[in-house]
Amino acid sequence: MTLDLILFLVLSLIAIASALGMLLSRNAVYSALYLVLNFVTVAVFYLLLSAPFIAMAQITVYAGAIMVLFLFVIMLLGADALPKSEVLPWQRPLAVVLSVLLGIEAAYLLITKARPVGDILPPADAVNATENLQQLGIALFREYLLPFEVVSILLLVAMVGAIVLTKKEKGVRN
Amino acid sequence: MIPVDYYIVLSAILFTIGVLGVLIRRNALIIFMSIELMLNAANLAIVAFGSAFESFSGQVFAFFVIAVAAAEVAVGLALIVEIFKSKKSIDVDQVSSLKG
Repeated sequence: MTLDLILFLVLSLIAIASALGMLLSRNAVYSALYLVLNFVTVAVFYLLLSAPFIAMAQITVYAGAIMVLFLFVIMLLGADALPKSEVLPWQRPLAVVLSVLLGIEAAYLLITKARPVGDILPPADAVNATENLQQLGIALFREYLLPFEVVSILLLVAMVGAIVLTKKEKGVRN
Repeated sequence: MIPVDYYIVLSAILFTIGVLGVLIRRNALIIFMSIELMLNAANLAIVAFGSAFESFSGQVFAFFVIAVAAAEVAVGLALIVEIFKSKKSIDVDQVSSLKG
């Protein structure tokens, strides 16, 4: 067992445990904090995959901006713990069975049909140098320039949409 | 040296946990967090494939997915706040006004 593999196994245990903690905790604030832990472990996976820019973007955008937004809304609504309302009693077991089936199906397809080949090399010093960022920037602004611009318009539309949705309209009585 | 399969299997497990969260939780915020978890799992698979094929396209697509997730969260949380204002609850079972 190499050091990389040990690191991978420990990190994946933390990632799965924090995802399950997000799923199972009763309080929404705890769920959000478990999800932050999960995002940080995934960021470390990106570092292992020699993608340092994506790792930093993951931490700033996901663990920083998105989760702070979530925590704001949880505290704003004061809805951290919902009262239990079990409308469909058979829904929970059925959901568990269906997702276990989905997991088995995904594992089967990956192992038999779409078996990806190749190993991921440990991030060498050269990959983490500035050339990595340079090449990413070249790929982003040459090959993928149009999608990049479309994403900027998408962000603008999302901003306008969020403002329009939460704004109080004049003359409309609620 | 980690085989790329390991990353794909981990991504599949995280995605399945996200699906389970959408199916069994009734709190709209937790459902939303599970969707974020699924997007994250897909991102992990994309970056793993990009790293295995030594291409930068994987990282670029992961970057786009992060941007789209940020936009989706902004609009979705605005919707949840509006639903809470009108229904006084974010239990998804209460939001059934359109049911025939």
